[in-house]
Amino acid sequence: MSKFTEDDLKKELETKEYEYGFYTDIESDTLPNGLNEDIVRAISKKKNEPEWMTEWRLEAYRIWEQMEEPDWANVNYPKPDFQNISYYSAPNKKPKYESLDEVDPELLDTFEKLGISLDEQKKLAGVAVDVVMDSVSVTTTFKKTLAEKGIIFCSISEAIQEHPELVKKYLGTVVPRKDNFYAALNSAVFSDGSFCYIPKGVRCPMELSTYFRINQAGTGQFERTLVVADKESYVSYLEGCTAPMRDENQLHAAVVELIALDDAEIKYSTVQNWYPGNSEGKGGVFNFVTKRGLCEDRAKISWTQVETGSAVTWKYPSCILKGDYSIGEFYSIAVTNNYQQADTGTKMIHLGKNTKSTIISKGISAGKSQNSYRGLVQIQPRATNARNFSQCDSLLMGNECGAHTFPYIETKNKSAKVEHEATTSKIGEDQIFYCNQRGIDTEKAIALIVNGFSKEVLNKLPMEFAVEAQKLLEISLEGSVG
Amino acid sequence: MSLKDKLISSFFAFEEQVDVSSDIHTIRNKALKNFESKGFPTKKEEAWKYTSLNSILKEDYSIFPKKESTIEYRDVKKYFIHDIDAYTIVFIDGIYSSHLSETTHDKIDACLMSSALDKPKYKEIMEKYFNKIAPSDDGLNSLNTAFSREGAFIHIPNNTVSDKPIQILNLSTGNEAALMLQPRNLVVVGENSQVQIIERHQSLTENPVFTNSVTEIFAEKRAMVDYYKIQNDKLSASLIDNTYVDQKDESNCSVHTFSFGGKLTRNNLNFYQRGEHIDSTMNGVTIIEGKQHVDHNTLVHHSQPNCESHQDYKGIFDDKAVGVFNGKVLVDKIAQKINAYQSNNNILVSDKATINSKPQLEIFADDVQCSHGCTIGQLDEEALFYLKSRGIPAKEARALLMYAFANNVLESVKIPELKKRINKLIANKLNVNLGFDL
Repeated sequence: MSKFTEDDLKKELETKEYEYGFYTDIESDTLPNGLNEDIVRAISKKKNEPEWMTEWRLEAYRIWEQMEEPDWANVNYPKPDFQNISYYSAPNKKPKYESLDEVDPELLDTFEKLGISLDEQKKLAGVAVDVVMDSVSVTTTFKKTLAEKGIIFCSISEAIQEHPELVKKYLGTVVPRKDNFYAALNSAVFSDGSFCYIPKGVRCPMELSTYFRINQAGTGQFERTLVVADKESYVSYLEGCTAPMRDENQLHAAVVELIALDDAEIKYSTVQNWYPGNSEGKGGVFNFVTKRGLCEDRAKISWTQVETGSAVTWKYPSCILKGDYSIGEFYSIAVTNNYQQADTGTKMIHLGKNTKSTIISKGISAGKSQNSYRGLVQIQPRATNARNFSQCDSLLMGNECGAHTFPYIETKNKSAKVEHEATTSKIGEDQIFYCNQRGIDTEKAIALIVNGFSKEVLNKLPMEFAVEAQKLLEISLEGSVG
Repeated sequence: MSLKDKLISSFFAFEEQVDVSSDIHTIRNKALKNFESKGFPTKKEEAWKYTSLNSILKEDYSIFPKKESTIEYRDVKKYFIHDIDAYTIVFIDGIYSSHLSETTHDKIDACLMSSALDKPKYKEIMEKYFNKIAPSDDGLNSLNTAFSREGAFIHIPNNTVSDKPIQILNLSTGNEAALMLQPRNLVVVGENSQVQIIERHQSLTENPVFTNSVTEIFAEKRAMVDYYKIQNDKLSASLIDNTYVDQKDESNCSVHTFSFGGKLTRNNLNFYQRGEHIDSTMNGVTIIEGKQHVDHNTLVHHSQPNCESHQDYKGIFDDKAVGVFNGKVLVDKIAQKINAYQSNNNILVSDKATINSKPQLEIFADDVQCSHGCTIGQLDEEALFYLKSRGIPAKEARALLMYAFANNVLESVKIPELKKRINKLIANKLNVNLGFDL
C-alpha cells in the first residue's frame, strides 16, 4: 500500500479546499455602505413595508446605537467596521417567481453547484426550499402543496405583506430587539428570511428548508427566520449556508425565533458551511447568530447543528422551557480547522414544571483552530422536577489547536436533577493502528473514528442532511492527520 | 467613607508602624497602587459572577486592633486539634499570641511572618519566595500584600520531614465592633521534605469579622504537602481565602477545604505546576444552610507534561444557602500526557437553595485525558426508604446518606484525629449522633 504522506495531503488540500467558493455574476441592487436611520428607512421602503414595521426597525436601530459590541466570547477577530458594510443587496431581477421557469438561469446554475437542484428536489425529495441569496428570498418551492394544508411557508418580507397579524404577534417575542448587540442590529436591518406557520393540529408533510448564500462582496447577510408551530402541530426545518471565497471577512448576523405552542414540536437542523477562510486564516465569514426557541406546555424543540464553516462562529441555539412538561434538545457537532474559531453551545432555561433538556455537543478541533463549548443550564425556582443531561466531548487533532469547555449550571430548585460531563481527548494511536492493520489507511481511519465520535448527533439529522454533513466532516478535516 | 478609601488612607499610618526601610516597602507600595486601581471585585467580573461582596464591604471595619487581647486557653481549647502533638501558631485579632502558641526553629521553622520579614537570616528565602506566585494584578491579593505584616511562616529545609503537624489558628475576640484581618502565610517545603498543616479561622463573638487571607505554598522537588482548611466560623464572619501553590517536579500537594460555617466564604485556590510528574489534589466538602454562601474558585495550570490533577468537591445545601463552584483546568500546548479530573457533586435539600456550577476546561494540548463531571440532585428516596424500613429514623437515615455522599473526601484526610474532628463537626451540623465514626 502506498503511504499517504503529509505532502500528498497538502496537495489535495490545495485543490480541494472549499468547493462552494464560486461567485455568481448576477447583477444586484446594493445599497451604499454604512448604517444610519436613513439606511434603515431605505431598506424598509425597498421592501415596501407597512409603517409599523419601519418603526419597529428604527426602534431596534436606536437600541443598537446604545449598545456595545460584546467581547466575552473566547474568540479573537478584527472588529467589523459597521459603517463599511452594505446592509442590502438583492439579485437585481424580478423579485418574485411563480414557477422555476422564470428564475434566472444563472441563479439556477448556482443552485446546481450547491447541490440543491430545485427541479430535481421538486420531483423527488419532497423538500420545500426557500432560497435566500444575499439576504433576499429568491424562490420558494412547493408553496401550493403546503398551502392546501394551511401551512404558510414564505419569505419574511412576503409574510409582513400578507400575514401582518401573525408577524406582528410573534416577531421579537423570543429574541427581543434589545436582547444583544447583533440581535438589535439584525432587527434594524434584516432584509429577508423565512417565515413558517403550521396551523393547529397539522403535521407538515415534508421537510421545510432554507438555503442561505452570501454572494455580493462587501455585504453582510442579516436574515431573520420565524417559525411558529401552532398547537399540536409538527414541523422539521432545515437550514444550509454557503458563501464565495473572499479575502475580506463578511458578516453574517442572523436571528432565528421558534415558537412551539402547546403540544407542538419543532425540529430545526442546520448545516452551516460558510466560507471558513483560507489555510492562513485570511478571509472567511463572521457568523454571529442568535437562535432561540420558546416551548409552551408539552411542546418540544430540538436543535441539531453541524458547524463546519465560518472563520469565527458565535452561536448559542437556546430553548426557553416555559410550559410544563416541555422538552428542549440540542445536538451539535462543531468542527474547526486551520485558523477557525468557534464559541458555540446552548442555553436551556427551565421555567415550567417537569421540563426536560438534553445537550449533546461534540467538538473537533484541528490545525490551529480554537473550539469552545459554552452552555447554560438554568433551573428556576418554579421548575419542579426539572431534568437535564449534558455531555460535551472534544476531540483534538494536532498540538496547535485548543478545546475549551465553559458550562454554567445554575440550580434553584431542590427537585432538579442535573448532570454534566465532559471529556477531552485525542484519537488514540492504538485505534489508528488497529485500522491500519486491517488495511484502512490513516486518512480513512480518522474519518471513520470521527464519524463514530459524531454519530450520536449525525443520527438526529434528516436523511438528506446526514449524508451531506458526513461529507462535510471529511472535507473539513482533510489534512489534519498527524 | 468606603472601605476601599479607608484602607488606602490608613496605609500610610500602617507603613509608619512597620519598618519602612525594608525591601518589602517597595512591594507594599506597588501592591497598594494596584489595589487603588482595581479595588474590590464586583459581580461584573466573570470570576465573581455569582458572589457579591457588597454585604460585607458596607461594615465599618477597624483595620488595626487597638489593644492586645488575651484569651485563656481553656476558652478556646475546643478550636485546637488538642489531642495530637502539634506545633501551633495562634493569632488573636491578627496579633501573635505567644502564650497560646508553640513555635519551633529546631530543624524546621514554624514561626511568624513578621520575624521572617524583619530578620536578616530569612532575607534570602523571602527574596526567593515572598509574593512570587500570588498574582500582582489581583485586587484582593494586592490589598493583602500592601498590608502584609503578620501570619505564619513555615520553612521545611531540604530532606526533612516535619515531626508534627502544624496548626495555624486565627482567633478574633470581638473587642472591636467590626474587624478586618489580613493574615499572610508563607509555606516553603524543600526538596524531599514533608509537612502537614491545619488552618482555621474562628471568631469568638457575634461581631462582624472580614478576613482577606493570602497563603503562598512552594513545594520543591519531591516535596509532599498536605493542607487542611477548616471553615466553621460564626455567621457574622466572612472569609476570602486566597491560596497559591507552586509545585516543582515530582512533588505532591493536596489542599482539603471543609466549609461548614461563616456568612460568606470564598476560596480562591490556584495550583501552578512547574515541573513534570506532579500530582495536585483539591478536595472539598461544603455543608451549609441558612443564608450562608460558599464559593469555591479553583484553577490548575498544567504547564509541563506528565502531570496529574484531581478535584473533588461535594456540597450539601439547605434553606437559602448558595453554593458556587467555579473550577478551571488549563493545559498548555507543551503539557502533553496530562490527566486532569474535575468533579463537582451537589445535593439540594431545600427549594430555596441555589447552586451555580461552572467546571471549565481550557486545553491546548492534544495528548491529554481531561474530564469533568457535575451533578445536582437529591437524596435517593428509595435508599431513604430502605434505611427507614430497617428501623433507622428519618433524620439519621438522611445523615447516613449525606455521610456516604461526602465519604470519599473525608477518607482522604490523613490525620486520624482531624478526621474524627471533622466527623464530629458534620454530626453537629446535621444534628445527629450516629454513635460511630466513619
